Amino acid sequence: MDDLIIARSLFGTTMAFHIIFATLGVGIPLMILCAELLYQKTKDHDYAVMANRWTKGLAVLLGVAIPSGTIAGVQLSLLWPGFMEVIGKVMALPFQIEIYAFFVEALFMSIYVYAADRISPAMRILSVTLVALGASASAILITNVHAFEGTPAGFRIENGEIVDVDPWAAFFNPSFFVTAGHVTVSAFMTGAFVIASIAAYKMLRDKKHERLYQFHRKALMLALAVGGIFSILTALNGHESAQLLHKYQPEKLAAAEGLFETQSHAPLAIGGFTDRDTQSVKWAIEIPWALSFLAGDRFDTVVKGLNDFPEEWWPPLFVHTLFNAMVGIGMLLIFLSVTGFIWNKAMKRTDFPRLFMWAVIASGPLAVLSVEFGWIFACTGRQPWVIYHMMKTEEAVTQTGNLAILFILFTVIYVVLSVAVVLVLKYYFRRHPIINELDRHSYNSANHITQ
Amino acid sequence: MTNELIAISVLWGFIFIYAVMATMDFGAGFWSMVYINREKTKATNIANRYLSPTWEVTNVFIVAIVVALVSFFPGATFLLGTVLLIPGSIILLLLAIRSAFLVFAHIAKEYEKVLTYVSGISGIIIPAFLISVLPITHGGFIETIDGVAKLRMDKLFTSPHEYAFIGFAIASTLFLSSLLLADYSNAANELDAYQVYRRDALFLGPISLLMALFIMLTMRSEAAWLYERMIDYLPWLIGSVMMFAIAGIALFLPSTKYTTVKGKPRLAVVAIVIQYFLASYAYGKAHLPYMIYPNVTIQSGFTHPNTFRALFVSYIVGFVILFPGFIYFWRLFMKDKRYLQSNDPS
Repeated sequence: MDDLIIARSLFGTTMAFHIIFATLGVGIPLMILCAELLYQKTKDHDYAVMANRWTKGLAVLLGVAIPSGTIAGVQLSLLWPGFMEVIGKVMALPFQIEIYAFFVEALFMSIYVYAADRISPAMRILSVTLVALGASASAILITNVHAFEGTPAGFRIENGEIVDVDPWAAFFNPSFFVTAGHVTVSAFMTGAFVIASIAAYKMLRDKKHERLYQFHRKALMLALAVGGIFSILTALNGHESAQLLHKYQPEKLAAAEGLFETQSHAPLAIGGFTDRDTQSVKWAIEIPWALSFLAGDRFDTVVKGLNDFPEEWWPPLFVHTLFNAMVGIGMLLIFLSVTGFIWNKAMKRTDFPRLFMWAVIASGPLAVLSVEFGWIFACTGRQPWVIYHMMKTEEAVTQTGNLAILFILFTVIYVVLSVAVVLVLKYYFRRHPIINELDRHSYNSANHITQ
Repeated sequence: MTNELIAISVLWGFIFIYAVMATMDFGAGFWSMVYINREKTKATNIANRYLSPTWEVTNVFIVAIVVALVSFFPGATFLLGTVLLIPGSIILLLLAIRSAFLVFAHIAKEYEKVLTYVSGISGIIIPAFLISVLPITHGGFIETIDGVAKLRMDKLFTSPHEYAFIGFAIASTLFLSSLLLADYSNAANELDAYQVYRRDALFLGPISLLMALFIMLTMRSEAAWLYERMIDYLPWLIGSVMMFAIAGIALFLPSTKYTTVKGKPRLAVVAIVIQYFLASYAYGKAHLPYMIYPNVTIQSGFTHPNTFRALFVSYIVGFVILFPGFIYFWRLFMKDKRYLQSNDPS
């Protein structure tokens, strides 16, 4: 393997590991905020217990999210010094502002966790709101750098020199709002479905225990409501993301859809595998005209095919499968929350069928998977460029070598941390069963939040 | 002041703040490990009470340093990123283990001891690697072959200069943290813990000063350019040593709070922070204009002027927004008696 492949694998592994924790670090604070608000509104202590337990879980996840994010941030300079030289000159603002967001999150996370019993309920709500805001802002700002890689703006390269730098034009590059929005709403969606998974699993397990069952049911309903709203927003925004690709990165859209020939009335290929030799998507279901309509809202929209570009500019063709998997999971999540809503609100049924419950249990891991597919699609779909049509990935990579040993070391650490985080979470929640907290709250109405 | 000077001052400011906060952070982790079996003195408890809310905030500063370096000095980032791949990666791996196991230790009480050992030991190694960046910037360890810069690890790790820095980093980490924890225990009315940390600080202070002298001694032969310039700032260095003496005296003055113990730890902490500030000012000023001697100066590695202006505005806005947050944080965890005297930090 050459250094470029190893460097990409190493950074890709770092990101794949980090985004699990980063996504939950954005999504779960929103769930905690919702539970806190519901508690203040309904005075139902169960919501206070939820907020408390989710916060404990979040603290453990942040113990990995923060160092892995530090790794990702520093590895950018270590592995891609050529890229960071451009970023430093042109696109430094999002990184800089992200630091402030990170500070807000870290300060108020500590305040929310370690000063909970000494501050007023209003201050608690404000703190957890700032945690959620700080986390979301971090995600938005870091994603902005990714957006810039796809739709660079605010500079030109003349004879190898960077000229005409406009840092705010780079900041507000064409895909900033849509791309950052996509990452944020999908993180809210994922956080909610991970909570829904756990709640559904516990409901099946504690079926006989009325008190516990009702507690988990409340958590499930809250998670499905939040998850439903944000899965629909993710889909709407995803549609815009695709239109953006059509406009700014046509070869990425062509690879995502497995389209080789430029055409109007282009068909949408769902499923299947892109075959380079026959220039077709094998075993796919084709919906005539649909791709043109999705790309430009009209059936006669001309969608560019891969053959319009030199072959060395083609992204890897397997991105079609990643793209389909991401969209497919998104659709399933919308279906789940809509069904749940109709079943509960329109048909007034309190219990969900067993099949539905198992589907909800699967929804959390699936949502995390779709985030992974989406990221891999977004980054491999941009290859061979690190900055679209400006700088190739191979020009940015470090010249140092010795990357293989680092790749192994970092992978080992990620495996160790993943195992440890699962064990610690299991250990903690086994040692602190909910029933203790529920009892404490019902016996002692002056709980920690109202002090 | 030129743009380049403003930028390097901000960067050096971050490095100074991080150096102080991180030594306290890593040191506290180490002490909580050392005293874990002496439950009576509550020394571990005090260390954890300080660490729990602060480590995340401290960690943000290291990211802030990297971001300030990338955004202000992309040219220096290119060279540093290239040569620091291996040492930088080692720091990152240790940092990941340290932070994660620190959190795990608080959550999984039954395995607290082994988890604390892992985080305590990895934490004390980190400063040794972090400070190695400084001797690397003094020149002589970077070799350019076919246009590719390489770090000569063999030269670095056989250099007494490097070991002087490593010794200084570890001694300072333990010294500063024990002094701060002495002050923290004093504020929390934990007299046993105060005695323990005061004793540690008295022992480690002279060692850290000796290590600083050892740095100057090795610098004379290994980075003569820097040594000569630092001597130009001799008054600052003398001032620094005087602050060290004041801190030492402060630890023997009669306590304002108690009759059974000696020392004014708050005064000692302030004096020591000034001591480190004076020394780091002299070092930093003498280092200029070189960021990495002799390849990169603050001018040659500087960012685009338009980007600098935008960043400068963002720093001012960011500071205004964050300042109240820091004050609130300080009051909740460094001044509030209810927190200082609580028994369970989680």
